[in-house]
Amino acid sequence: MSDDTVKIEVNGVPLEARKGQMLIEVTDAADIYVPRFCYHSKLSVAANCRMCLVEVEKAPKPLPACATPVTDGMKVFTRSQRAISAQKATMEFLLINHPLDCPICDQGGECELQDLALGFGRGVSRYTEKKRVVKDQNLGPLVSTDMTRCIHCTRCVRFGAEIQGIQELGTIGRTENVVISTYVERGVQHELSGNIIDLCPVGALNNKPYRYSARAWEMRSKPMIGAHDSVGSNMYGHVLRGRLKRVVPRDNEQINETWLSDRDRFSCHGIYTDDRLVTPMVKVDQEWAEVGWQEALETAAEALRQSVADEGDALGMLVSPSSTLEEMYLLRRIAERLGTRNVDHRLRRRDFRDQAADPAFPSLGVGIEQLQLQQGVLVVGSNLRMEVPLLAHRVRLAALDRAEVTFVNPIEYEYHFPHAYVDAPLDRSVRVLTAIAIAAAEEAGQSVPDALRDAAAEVDVDAAHRAAAKTLLGKERALILLGHIAQRHPQFSDLRAAAAALAAITGARLGYVPEGANGAGAALAGLLPHRMAGGRPVDDEGLDVQRMISSPRHAYVLYNLEPKDDIANGERAEQALKSADAVICFTPYVTQELLDSCTLLLPIGTFAETQGTYVNAEGRRQSFGAAADPVGEARPGWRVLRVLANLLGVERSEYRSAGEVLDAVTAEIGDAQPDNVYRGLFEPALDGEQVPLEELDVPIYSVDAVVRRSLPLQMTVFGSGEGVDTAASGTGEETFRLTSAG
Amino acid sequence: MLYPLKTFLMTELVQGLRLTLKNLFVRKVTIKYPEEKTPKSPRFRGLHALRRYPNGQERCIACKLCEAVCPALAITIESDVGPDGTRRTSRYDIDLFKCIYCGFCEEACPVDAIVETDIHEFHMETRGENIMSKDKLLAVGDKYEKTIAAEKAADAAYR
Repeated sequence: MSDDTVKIEVNGVPLEARKGQMLIEVTDAADIYVPRFCYHSKLSVAANCRMCLVEVEKAPKPLPACATPVTDGMKVFTRSQRAISAQKATMEFLLINHPLDCPICDQGGECELQDLALGFGRGVSRYTEKKRVVKDQNLGPLVSTDMTRCIHCTRCVRFGAEIQGIQELGTIGRTENVVISTYVERGVQHELSGNIIDLCPVGALNNKPYRYSARAWEMRSKPMIGAHDSVGSNMYGHVLRGRLKRVVPRDNEQINETWLSDRDRFSCHGIYTDDRLVTPMVKVDQEWAEVGWQEALETAAEALRQSVADEGDALGMLVSPSSTLEEMYLLRRIAERLGTRNVDHRLRRRDFRDQAADPAFPSLGVGIEQLQLQQGVLVVGSNLRMEVPLLAHRVRLAALDRAEVTFVNPIEYEYHFPHAYVDAPLDRSVRVLTAIAIAAAEEAGQSVPDALRDAAAEVDVDAAHRAAAKTLLGKERALILLGHIAQRHPQFSDLRAAAAALAAITGARLGYVPEGANGAGAALAGLLPHRMAGGRPVDDEGLDVQRMISSPRHAYVLYNLEPKDDIANGERAEQALKSADAVICFTPYVTQELLDSCTLLLPIGTFAETQGTYVNAEGRRQSFGAAADPVGEARPGWRVLRVLANLLGVERSEYRSAGEVLDAVTAEIGDAQPDNVYRGLFEPALDGEQVPLEELDVPIYSVDAVVRRSLPLQMTVFGSGEGVDTAASGTGEETFRLTSAG
Repeated sequence: MLYPLKTFLMTELVQGLRLTLKNLFVRKVTIKYPEEKTPKSPRFRGLHALRRYPNGQERCIACKLCEAVCPALAITIESDVGPDGTRRTSRYDIDLFKCIYCGFCEEACPVDAIVETDIHEFHMETRGENIMSKDKLLAVGDKYEKTIAAEKAADAAYR
């Protein structure tokens, strides 16, 4: 036995534990059940519900297991007469003020209090006095409240203080008058706030959009993968009669721990909208007609064949980076068969000059779990909380663990952890990053690298740049993260060259935050004009997104996207589409814009209705099945593409399942490893053409078609409207108005 | 006795006629349905109904316990937030062809909303009529509320 382990005995079973561990952690690890409400392994110990009282030998009273550190030789009894009677007494007190409204409570059937009341509660209450009633609060469009049901475990309060970093909820009053409150009249607004729904052990905080629409026991639980950011959060979709009703997180310590961002949780409310495309449609003589699948696919195949009859270059394929690996692979095979390399998924990127130096696939450079172990993180051009909320959470954990975090951003976004900020307006971004690199070289006593030598004469290094350089210098684990704003920047090539120089000087890793749910997968599947599967270069480069729209093609294929909102220079893209002879659009939704600019609409399933694989920001491949039934005649995208591939005569495309497609694409990818080492020789130019920040920083709830249609998300402070919301605390007097009522 | 003698004296015929004669004076068990009807237990389980409170509010709170307990899967419920913000059904269908009239739904209901009335004389003429929708169930409840309440009251002491 080493010094830091102790031996204890629980119910007569000898156990070993680390010194300082709480009793409940030891019993949990040994699968010995201790009832609890306020204890949560990801939150601090509050010990205020008293449900976990257990008997400890020689202790005069039962002790709370969650707040009792283990000591050597401790003898614990969790099921003794004394422990059980203490737990039963606690339960009786908790039920005094808890309303008996389980039949109308959404938590009914999945309620911790309900479960424990069955085990520890009395059949009939002895309490005949008045019950407490608490006024409900409006916590915004995502979380519903029934505060009379609250048992004051304060999990939601601790979540705000410890995980969000901004305490949006707190307790007011004492003893019986304690209420959970926002203090001032405002909702919970943090982008992870939906997690308090899962944390609440009773029905006090619940899912507002889902309110009253189903019961826990009648839904089927299907594993899903988050489809709106590159974390690839593990989650369960709860499906009732083929319809996705709600989404809850699935524990995966390496990816999303037990959390889920609001975007992943509430995006499912954008699936069943009135503008779903329910049948294939074809435009004949400027008139739209509904057709069957056979006819639609034959029309599509014919249009594609005709478009490349003269030259393959006449066709362009634009694909959403949130499509599955299987869909992307099939699209690339189709493009190959048609003899074109004009395929791209980098819809919001503007600068492709240095694309040859792109890694085989964009990745963080470290695992998601390792992100919180970094000692220095320099985030360049990223509204990280809005781009990928759970990555921001990991960076926050790193910062709380004494890592230095510096943001180099055009404006100062709000973060709830210690960090430094270097102002880098868009037109000066490259200058600032170059200055940081030069400062790093000077601080490290190195010579300025060749690539920066010309620029070095022109930039002024100041104290802020030196401080930023020190974020990375001398750290064993340091990371430079290029965010979405950087990657969409018109001078991305220059920025990346400067960042790579900085990485080389400091020894930090270079990381990218991939766009969409499957930006990494798209690169792996070879859905790029200059790469084959697995990131191998090609001889005959095709056109990138921007060149496909600046020199219009005769025909386009659009996959799972809305040109105006999803492509950089969206207006110009729409013009290019309107001038084309044939535009084949695979889409779950139909909008007036699509009707105006397309010639053929093929309904495909949203992320919930298709099976496939996503590759996340650390290169992890995660496959998932279809959770919900497709709406109308819509079909999973890979099935549609597979039939189209057959019609076009793509060899060996008789796939019978998504798994077979995955096998094919896996074989073709080979063993591509995440490798972000920059091997380019690009010399950053300090100045270049600029675009306004609004075009680079896509609001959190506008990233794709499904999210844009999710009404609850659009009703939040980050929803449709202002776009960049730097003050997560909301705007206007109204939000901060104090209520006169106590 | 010898068989030919039995046949000759027609004893069996006499025995039979004696039974007939006896039953002429016994109290009748058959009734002239439908003019006459047998009495029914207040627990008789016939056609379903959804009840209302005296103020006209629907009792059903869409807890779906009846749907969960139904062994024949005859009940289909969809719930939503009602116009007054409470939990309400937006659809409540009972398939009378599937229903086995076990009464579990009535037992499970925490608010005495779904009940089985003593109505057993109902029929369907076209397919689709076997589905009792929410409107039909409420209409039955409204029409027979007095009887239902009386039956519930009669049975209350034994529950």
